[in-house]
Formats: sequence, structure tokens, C-alpha cells
Amino acid sequence: MIGGHMQALVEILERNALTPREDLARMLNLSVEEVEQAIARLEAEGIVLGYHAIINHEKWDTDLVRAMIEVKITPERDGGFDRVASRIAKFEEVQTCYLMSGGYDLLITVEGRNLREVASFVAEKLSTIEAVQSTATRFRLKTYKENGTFHHFEQSAERLSVSP
Amino acid sequence: MKIAEHVKEIPRSGIRDFFEVVQTMGDVISLGIGEPDFATPWHIREAAIYALEKGRTGYTSNLGLPRLRRSISDYVKGRFGVSYEPLSEVLVSVGVSESIDLALRALLDPGDEVLYHEPCYVSYAPSIVLARGVAKAIPTSAENEFRLTAGALASAITPASKVLMLNFPNNPTGATMPAEDLAAIAEICVKHDLVVLTDEIYSELTYEGGTHTSIAALPGMKERTVFLHGVSKAYAMTGWRIGFACAPKDIIEAMMKIHQYSILCASIMGQDATIEALERGAAAMESMRREYELRRNYIVSSFNQLGLPCFKPKGAFYVFPDVTSTGLSSREFSLRLLHEKKVAVVPGTAFGVSGEGHVRCSYATALDQIKIAVERIGEFASEVRAGTV
Repeated sequence: MIGGHMQALVEILERNALTPREDLARMLNLSVEEVEQAIARLEAEGIVLGYHAIINHEKWDTDLVRAMIEVKITPERDGGFDRVASRIAKFEEVQTCYLMSGGYDLLITVEGRNLREVASFVAEKLSTIEAVQSTATRFRLKTYKENGTFHHFEQSAERLSVSP
Repeated sequence: MKIAEHVKEIPRSGIRDFFEVVQTMGDVISLGIGEPDFATPWHIREAAIYALEKGRTGYTSNLGLPRLRRSISDYVKGRFGVSYEPLSEVLVSVGVSESIDLALRALLDPGDEVLYHEPCYVSYAPSIVLARGVAKAIPTSAENEFRLTAGALASAITPASKVLMLNFPNNPTGATMPAEDLAAIAEICVKHDLVVLTDEIYSELTYEGGTHTSIAALPGMKERTVFLHGVSKAYAMTGWRIGFACAPKDIIEAMMKIHQYSILCASIMGQDATIEALERGAAAMESMRREYELRRNYIVSSFNQLGLPCFKPKGAFYVFPDVTSTGLSSREFSLRLLHEKKVAVVPGTAFGVSGEGHVRCSYATALDQIKIAVERIGEFASEVRAGTV
């Protein structure tokens, strides 16, 4: 399977991981087996790491609280940022964890049942790590767009049904 | 009130007729739409909003904003390799449709013959007649993947022939012209001193890694070619109504005279948006093009599987499957498909008599809609063949 196909396949999966294998095959001019092999390869090579649904939390599990936390850390002599970052990322409250350029080092997203739960994660688990110098917690109020998908403003298309 | 004879004689667009039937039905899945299903890329809309906020709401120069004409000139040079002087060889019009009308009116004396290949866009023959020319169709066929062959062109030419109209990538067939075929056409045009009016509105939308060659870029052609293009299709900007013509100064000057008295200028909002599209729209356009290519692969393989043979078009966003195996005419097929399965396609005959036996299906439609439509077309075809309906 050539690179062009792989790129198109990854793009389609990134937009909609549930696209049926038969459709992928037709779109890419491949057989279903070839598509399956390609996906298996993407998974085996760690290129495709997982498949998730995008949930609108204003309609489902509405009490859930999410915060973005900026974390300043002291890099370690041996592990640099990586070891501290992976220590933080392993907490199950942490959804995402990025190393950032600029005024702080890590940007993490944390999820909790309520405000107190997030606050206690910061106070008891995060801030107590020796390498963590400081944190700044920002609570998310509303989601407009997530992973390329809009939560609000649906587009209304008024197209003619037949046009030249 | 008495209507002028030459206007009375012109039939209404076959698409229009069909559209009115579709309008009376709810819930139709349509492959009949000749425009992108994408909205204009946001950065282009945003640039237009910014321009509106700044109060850019007036007339522009008749030929179009000088800044836009410069960006058209750069774009055409970069993409097609033809240089036009921005201030004297470029005219901004209300879509390519207006430019076609302007060019024909500027070029034709009564009785001059205009050759065009068919099936073709619905406006060509009427525009020729309205400009008091004589419309002469050259049929193309599925055998040649709807390309215009040098032989067909040569045998259609008469002493009255003055203009050749070209449209590749083609609406409604998706046909494209490889550079060598185009060179053979160009040679004949030089030999017979034909002016070429080339509508290249789909030229960005080519597939399988193919690139588009403009006839204007071939030796000896720029001076006899009116190159027409716009942002409607590739940049999903149909509603902005911006097209442009690039041609030698004297033709642009003549077209401008008609344009200034009938239209004055294209809307400044559309012109401002077009600057953004041409200068910074490449990435957004390319991602739409890639999406069309995936859908094209899907729809072509589906039609061939259904026994509705369909060559793999290398451009535009249409497929033109052959439906003769159902025993129905294009129009019967389309009407019955609409009534029995609620799927709209356009009969090939809307694009000229040589479109008989085919229907035009647009894949500028979301894939989930295409899937349902194709499935229903398959059911319909096998029911018709089995004589169960």
C-alpha cells in the first residue's frame, strides 16, 4: 500500500473512525482486506493509538468539571521534563498532558465530578510533587469546538436541490 | 406583450424544468447539484466580514478592483503559466456565465458560427444565440471519454466558423483533456484562425495526480484565447458570483464596454473575498479537492458494480454513467428514479442531445447521502431490468 493511500486513510479515520471498511475500500480504490491490513499496521506501529467518541457534556454527564492547569516544573537532571510529566500524566484524573513553550511547562486537562474534586487533586496530588513549582487552574465554562467538531452553531445549508 | 423572436426560440434550461419537478417533492436525495456542498472556507468569509466592517461597500472600477486583478494575474501565471497584464488584460465579471456572454457579444457578428463540444454546460448554446451567433455542436461520446478529438473538430469547421468554446474539466461529464490532445486542437485553431473561448472553471479539481493544462498556455494560443475562470467551484464560492476573463487587451476592452453599460461592476464584497481566496485559499481548496477525489472513487466503483458503466472522470465533480442497459431514456430514467426512489439526478439530455443515454450525478454531496442514493439507484435499475415495476 503506497504512502498516498496511507495518508488519506489516516485523514479519514481521524475525522470518522467508524467509517465502514467497505466504504474505505471504495474511496481508496483498495480491497477490504488491504484496508484491514493497513489499519492493523497503523495500530501495530502505534500511529493510531485509539478511537474515542466526542461527547457533548452539556447533554450528558452535565456535572462533570474540567480544568486546564498550567504547571511549572523543575526539570530533573537525568529525565528532563519527561519523567515528571509522565508521573503527572499517570493520574487518572489527567486527560491530556502537553509540554509547552512559553511561561509555563506543562498544560494538563483534568476531569472531576465537581469543583472540590479537581481542587483537591491540585492541592493534594499535583502540588505536592517535589518538582512542581507552581500551578494555575482554569475551569472550562463551555465547549465550542473539540477535535475539529463543533458543539454549537450547526451550519444551516440552503442549497437548491438541482442546479446547473 | 410581444417577445423578441430570437429570445422566444430559446428553450428554458432542462435543469430548470427538472428542478421544478423536484421542488414539488419532499425528502429527495439529490445528486443533481452543480455546486460544492461545502460552505466557503471560513478564512475567506472572515476576510469578507472584515472588509464589510471597514465599510468597503461601494462600486469598484468597471474591470474590477486593481488589487484583485493583480492577484488574478499572479494566480493565473502561477497555476497555468500564462502571463496577463493585470490592468489591461483582466476583467472581473459576475461569475464565468457573464464573461461567456460578454465575450460572445464582443466577438460575434450576426451569422458567425460558434463551435462547442457537447454534452456541455446549459448556457452555451443559448448564449451564442442571444449574441446573434450560430451555435454548432460537436458531439463527444463515452468511447473517447467525452474528449474533443481533433478529427471531430476539423470536420465541423466551415468558412463561417469564428469561435471554438471549450470546457475542460467538463460539466456534465467530468472529462479532461490531456496536454497532447489539447495541442492537436490548438493547431487546428491556429490553422483556421479560430478564437478560443475556454471555460476552465473546474481546472483546480483534477484527480489521480493529474494536472490541468490550459489551452492558453500552448504556443500561439494566448493571442487568440479568452481564458475564463473563477472561484465558484474550487473555492466553494458559487453565491459570491465572481468570475474573470483574461484575454488580449482589445478583447477585454470590448467586453468591458458591454459590462460597464449592463452590469457596471461585480460586487465589491465578492471581489474582496476573491482576493483572500486566490492569495491564501490553496490549503482549504486542496482539502476539498481531496475529499471530492475520495467520493469520486466511491461513486465510480459503485456505478460500475451496478452495471451502469461509467468512465472514471479525471476532473470536476460529476460522473456521467450510461443508463441505456435499463432500456429507459435519460429523461424517463431520471423522472422515474425521482418518483419511485426519491433520488434526483439530471438527465444527460439537459446538456444537449448527445447526452442521451446518460445521467449526470454530482458527487459534491456528503458521502452518506451518496451512499443512500447509489443504493436506491441500484434497486431501481434492477427493478426496471426485471420488469417488476
